[in-house]
Amino acid sequence: MSALVFAALYLVGDPVSMLASPEATEAERALIRQSLGLDLPLWRQYLIFLNKALIHLDFGNSFLTGEPAMRLILQRMPATLELATAAMSLALLIGVPLGIYAGLKPDNFGARSVMTGSVLGFSLPNFWVGLMLIMVFAVFLHWLPAGGRGPLQSFGPIQLSIFSWDGWRSLMLPVATIAFAKCALIIRVTRAATRECLPLDYIKFARARGLSEARVLGVHLLKNIMIPIVTIAGLEFGQVFAFAVVTESVFSWPGIGKLLIDSIITLDRPVVVAYLMLTVVFLSALNLAVDIIYTILDPRVRASA
Amino acid sequence: MSAADLALESPAAPAARESMLRLFAAQFLASKLAVLGLILMILFLVLAIFAPWIAPQNPFNVGSLNIMDSKLPPGSLSSGGAMTYWLGTDGQARDVFSAILYGLRTSLIVGLVSVSAAFVIGATAGLISAYFGGRTEALLMRIVDIQLSFPAILVALVLLAVLGKGVDKVIIALAAVQWAYFARAARGAAIVERNKEYVQAARCMSLSWQRILWRHIFPNCIPPLMVIATIDLAHAIALEATLSFLGVGVPVTQPSLGMLISNGYEFMMSGSYWIAFFPGIALALVVVAINLVGDHLRDILNPRNEI
Repeated sequence: MSALVFAALYLVGDPVSMLASPEATEAERALIRQSLGLDLPLWRQYLIFLNKALIHLDFGNSFLTGEPAMRLILQRMPATLELATAAMSLALLIGVPLGIYAGLKPDNFGARSVMTGSVLGFSLPNFWVGLMLIMVFAVFLHWLPAGGRGPLQSFGPIQLSIFSWDGWRSLMLPVATIAFAKCALIIRVTRAATRECLPLDYIKFARARGLSEARVLGVHLLKNIMIPIVTIAGLEFGQVFAFAVVTESVFSWPGIGKLLIDSIITLDRPVVVAYLMLTVVFLSALNLAVDIIYTILDPRVRASA
Repeated sequence: MSAADLALESPAAPAARESMLRLFAAQFLASKLAVLGLILMILFLVLAIFAPWIAPQNPFNVGSLNIMDSKLPPGSLSSGGAMTYWLGTDGQARDVFSAILYGLRTSLIVGLVSVSAAFVIGATAGLISAYFGGRTEALLMRIVDIQLSFPAILVALVLLAVLGKGVDKVIIALAAVQWAYFARAARGAAIVERNKEYVQAARCMSLSWQRILWRHIFPNCIPPLMVIATIDLAHAIALEATLSFLGVGVPVTQPSLGMLISNGYEFMMSGSYWIAFFPGIALALVVVAINLVGDHLRDILNPRNEI
């Protein structure tokens, strides 16, 4: 996996041409190449990388800024984490109730509008939704800022914008952009799960016992449909966190997605490699977390395991 | 008895087939939204094919552009008074409506060609792995799994960084990220078909495996593949627009809808909204229309799939 990424990136152009000024002589270029270790054969570069990465967790320094690639990524992580968490929470808050509603009354006009709306949600490209939101709320109405993170509060090394009103305002549009797309998916999953669970005996029994509809839906039904929802929400959270490339570019949100695309364009290999490695580790950890949540939610899984 | 059955069945078969088609058409027409989507799809296709004849201006003929006309709002008259810019003009005095028609062309060509390529590659890989099983299957499906674990946008981004700009390169990158969906669907459908009696019968007649695969199994795998193809077409067009918006897609000389939006983005902040807005609406309509058709097709063709 790491060899694959390494080799693929090696093929992508010559980073020296990005770093050296256009007037640099061939000797100056050679010096840069040597100082970055780019004059060694590919396999030597890879072995050096493996040695450092595995033993010292050192993914090398960014070609551009000279800072350790890992530190660059970790610095930007809180911004993305904040964005992803807010977006997924919003998507769940809106998506689950709408999905249950659409599942309860599938032929109702409102339910069908929700389903048609969800087609919009997953078919409209992310950057398009972002642009339209900027156009309406930033350019025409001047209500919200079009980009950036607003003022930040520091909590040790972590800076967050979620604790101030201005920070909320800059968070709103990018969060809405991501939540719009994720909401569509959650609505569809919730609806399908609801329709599957409703005809089951335990729901009929709960109703027969004369429990209130709120309790039947909010406790009995919700407990069972949580399982597919947690799966999808977990996977999607990983996707949003790891690959919020497009939204972050549109809103110039200084997170790791923006860092990734900048690094791909400037051929800053150590940052791209470190990013992808970190993402793989994060996604595996997330999958494990989802599996653990399963056993808490579903006693059947516990029994069989 | 069996002979009588056969005799009865053979003339009935074509009629049954026709009524199947009719049933399918009736089911499709039942959804007004899907019909609307289909009409829009056909309309956009016609507009794209006949763009040079419909467009009031050739936006790439620099000689015909009058720089005095740049950034005019929608509905303005051109400086010669010869034509009205119904959707305004962009920073280089191009008529936005004409640019959209030409952009639609690029977008649809990229989408259709890449999806066809992905269809052929993916269906071949899927059918072969289902038919032969064993190591071939393990290897091909492992590649598919690896590919699907990365988001399409990221794979396409890295591929385009390697390949460079160009319409052909975007098509290659999109086909490369999408074939895996077809491979998985084709394998799933073909595994069901593989053990059916008609395939065993064909084997008993010692037909060549190519013939069994393509003439016997493949036609029965088409419905799920058609659903994937429709949804992927919308996906491909949206993906191409995103890539072009990020600056790694089609070249400036052959702008797609995404490229037009990207060009208009810088003007949007200063209030010239129409340069990005109208191409954006066109893109949204195309993508949503195709998805409405695809969504309904999925409901009809795989009733098991509820999501």
